Amino acid sequence: MAEIGTPVRRREDYRFLTGQGTYTDDINRPRQLYAYILRSPYANARITGIDSAAAATASGVVAIYTGQDLAADGVGGLPCGWQIHSKDGSPMHEPPHPVLAIDRARHVGDPVAVVIADSLAQARDAAELIQVDYVSEPAVTDVAEALKPGAPQVFAEVPGNVCYDWHLGDPAAVDAALAKAARVVKLDLINNRLVPNAMEPRAAIGDFDRATGEHTLYTTSQNPHVIRLLMGAFVLHIPEAKLRVVAPDVGGGFGSKIYHYAEEAIVTWAAAKLRRPVKWTADRVESFMSDAHGRDHVTHVELGVDAQNKFVALKVATLANMGAYLSTFATCVPTYLYATLLAGTYTTPVVYAEVKAVFTNTVPVDAYRGAGRPEATFLLERIVDLAADELGIDPAELRRKNFIPTDAYPYQTPVALQYDSGDYFSTLDLATKAADYAGFEARRVEAARRGKLRGIGIATYIEACGIAPSAVVGSLGARAGLFEAAAVRVHPTGSVTILTGSHSHGQGHETTFAQLVADGLGIPMDSIEIVHGDTAKIPYGMGTYGSRSLAVGGTAIIKAMDKIIAKGKKIAAHLLEAADADIEFKDGVFSVAGTDRSKSFGEVALTAYVPHNFPHEELEPGLDETAFYDPKNFTFPSGAYVAEIEIDPDTGTLEVCSFNASDDFGRIVNPMIVAGQVHGGLAQGIGQALLEACVYDKATGQLLTASYNDYAMPRADNLPSFVLSTHATLCTHNPLGVKGCGEAGAIGAPAAISNAIVDALKSYGVRHVEMPATPEKLWRAIHQHQMAAE
Amino acid sequence: MYEFNYQKAASLEGAAKFLAANEEAKLVAGGMTLIPTLKQRLAKPSDLIDLATIDGLRGIKEEGGGVTIGAMTRHVEVQRSDVVKRVIPALAALAGMIGDPAVRNRGTIGGSISNNDPAADYPSAVVGLGATVVTTKREIAGEEFFTGMFETALGQDEIVTAVKFPKPGTAAYQKFKNPASRYAIVGVFVAKTAGGIRVAVTGAGACVFRVPEMEAALTKSFNAEAIKDIAIPDDGLNSDIHASAEYRAHLVNVMARRAVAACA
Repeated sequence: MAEIGTPVRRREDYRFLTGQGTYTDDINRPRQLYAYILRSPYANARITGIDSAAAATASGVVAIYTGQDLAADGVGGLPCGWQIHSKDGSPMHEPPHPVLAIDRARHVGDPVAVVIADSLAQARDAAELIQVDYVSEPAVTDVAEALKPGAPQVFAEVPGNVCYDWHLGDPAAVDAALAKAARVVKLDLINNRLVPNAMEPRAAIGDFDRATGEHTLYTTSQNPHVIRLLMGAFVLHIPEAKLRVVAPDVGGGFGSKIYHYAEEAIVTWAAAKLRRPVKWTADRVESFMSDAHGRDHVTHVELGVDAQNKFVALKVATLANMGAYLSTFATCVPTYLYATLLAGTYTTPVVYAEVKAVFTNTVPVDAYRGAGRPEATFLLERIVDLAADELGIDPAELRRKNFIPTDAYPYQTPVALQYDSGDYFSTLDLATKAADYAGFEARRVEAARRGKLRGIGIATYIEACGIAPSAVVGSLGARAGLFEAAAVRVHPTGSVTILTGSHSHGQGHETTFAQLVADGLGIPMDSIEIVHGDTAKIPYGMGTYGSRSLAVGGTAIIKAMDKIIAKGKKIAAHLLEAADADIEFKDGVFSVAGTDRSKSFGEVALTAYVPHNFPHEELEPGLDETAFYDPKNFTFPSGAYVAEIEIDPDTGTLEVCSFNASDDFGRIVNPMIVAGQVHGGLAQGIGQALLEACVYDKATGQLLTASYNDYAMPRADNLPSFVLSTHATLCTHNPLGVKGCGEAGAIGAPAAISNAIVDALKSYGVRHVEMPATPEKLWRAIHQHQMAAE
Repeated sequence: MYEFNYQKAASLEGAAKFLAANEEAKLVAGGMTLIPTLKQRLAKPSDLIDLATIDGLRGIKEEGGGVTIGAMTRHVEVQRSDVVKRVIPALAALAGMIGDPAVRNRGTIGGSISNNDPAADYPSAVVGLGATVVTTKREIAGEEFFTGMFETALGQDEIVTAVKFPKPGTAAYQKFKNPASRYAIVGVFVAKTAGGIRVAVTGAGACVFRVPEMEAALTKSFNAEAIKDIAIPDDGLNSDIHASAEYRAHLVNVMARRAVAACA
């Protein structure tokens, strides 16, 4: 495999680094209008009237629309793509999610009206003239508060704010095992709400061609075909053939750009109504209150351990915040992307998880880098560390004792998933050796002499990605399949265009997919073009998220290439007057086995399109194949992270001194891109652990962190240089053996940091510090202990 | 932003006259606070008068034993000035802690003190060093200049032209940064001035304040140990999601001790 495994420089970087990318906001359509969304300043308010008379006459205003206008025109609500059933078998509550709020605003930022004008400034000015009669009511932002009797009801038709009450596993078996356990370790913990903050804010342009009846939506999406399906079928009732969705260059997504958002429907609908393009671009404050947020779990966990220090049972109860409405995939994140990972890297024989999904007056919550797996890994790695502490056993040793053995694959977990391959021992060894885990005590003593508290923390993680086998997810309530598609279009002179259903918004697919094709067809990278993001060009695609593009999208490309090669062999056999079975294909050359008679890929391609000498009875001309690939299973990257930190007890300030990561991603196509993915994931994971907190005011429901003045993003000076290594166990069910790598850093890092903090504060009797572990939190943890001691 | 008229001031007199005649007009210096405020539509000035083109407002002079800094001098210029680094190194260091490189390239000392953000750095140096603020109308003693949260002694049409910093015996500034905004949650400027020891605190309260108890203790014995047990009451201190009043009170003591230790 020539190109695969080499750190080829990214081809897309030229345009990105020279400012020549084409992002949605860069696109301008002739005669376009600008949309400004008026959003609710209240967390929970009845809307008794909207008077836009004065605004309508403001300079430059072309139209003002409200939820009533959309409803009158038959516009549907935003759909949820995954149906969950509760313990009692009843389907989840699915209250309406209108594109524009009609009689109630349910969170600060809830869209209430849209002003469309000749310029954005005019639209903004006019919006201030709109009189919305709000009757503000008490709001609830916290999941535990939302469940209390008498709490404000987000939806009248959803009693107690509970969307669903779901579970996985056998509660009786788990309770019995815990009852017999030598020790049960317990912990209550929070997985803090995060705001995604992709560098590029969301934007959308709707356009309508009256001559052809075709609608076009340009949007910052990770999955244009999914948007076309959801918006076309459920919201605006436009047939696919008349709706084109284009996601051009997109500046980061991290999950936040998967969902079908109101603004996409608004601009598409308005453009058709007004017969002019309508453009909307979010500003950052608007993004904070309209992009789907992530995480926000409150959890109680119990781990049972026997006298030999083996885990015998795990019991988890989680409250998961859905926010004010169900976002597109919100419901599967704290269920099937979460509970199914609770075996982790361990042989725990029984697991029971129950999850209540709760509505609150906050921005809707959905998948964000890791989506359910960071939450699972965090609680698991915290409780394992606590167990190690209570048992008086080294945390690395306790993990090794409970790892799934390397000869146990395929390994059926008690939480539905079957792991295909893995070796957690090797990555833990690599990470602990690189971190000089054995030498930590000396460093701790040295730090203490400087007045600093030093701690070391381990986290081992496993995740399910490469989503997903459609039959499996369908049986679990998914309303979509999760295959991927690719077309390999060979041109007459031998260059190749790949049309992929995957979408690159930072992943570098234009490079890695080209590496796959260069390797598979034996042609130079320069003669390969990777095309993505346009439903008019790509047959179909489920898009990019869940670390699926290489495993699923890449495999679809390989399968399409297999078809190309199979046809190429037949053409070559004809040209070389040999039997099909005697043709071999290697390094871009078709040859008759055992001879030096051959035809190049280019010659075969030309023949396919200029078929003068061609087996017309058996084959059609052309060399253009499409493959749809539905994966047989998830893939299971895993790894071990070791973080070392120092806390200044005087101020609570924390420095991350070192971070060692060892990951198993299966086969690696481009190690440079993989390292970049790990760096980014680690930055986000450390950000969650130490800095990022999305905060709502408990009394008013106001979003207190709506800008970078208050929401602390991780920056370079918050982070050490990362030390990375990899150890591959190949995926057994895709041709390349790839597992994916996009989310790993965000999944494993928070627990590693948290464990290091608790290690540093051990002498103060600190059992847990909630994320983000801000200086004040750390100072109080230390201070409280000192006060108690006095 | 709302619409506004923009003009480049030709002279201080002209700018002052315009301010006097137009209540809704505002001066723009570096714009590092004003522009974001305008972008969020939190202010609606009728006019912006840009001071950048007025001669003589920018520059650093060594005079009267100390340093005089023109109001339109950018933070980066103070940070890198050989004069300031030699005469009052703590002031150059403080300038280097403001914002980030982009902010320091544009932000000005005149703009910063005229705005008097409770979390700004310069007010602690102005009070800590016993500096004098020079305006188009008069000279104002540093500790009389800052009167409340975002409030100063400046009249409606009065413009800061320079700040005169006397040379201290020794001085240091310690800043505890907000992890998000990098503004001062607590910033303490300690100096041995001709008039005595000064401890000036920014970030913790509504406005910069001195700590007389610490100043007295340090006068007796100038070392960190001397103020170890002086607790600042947390009454009236700022409290937000980043730091409670109690934590800020604690940090004042820690930063003050570190500033004393850092004094040469």
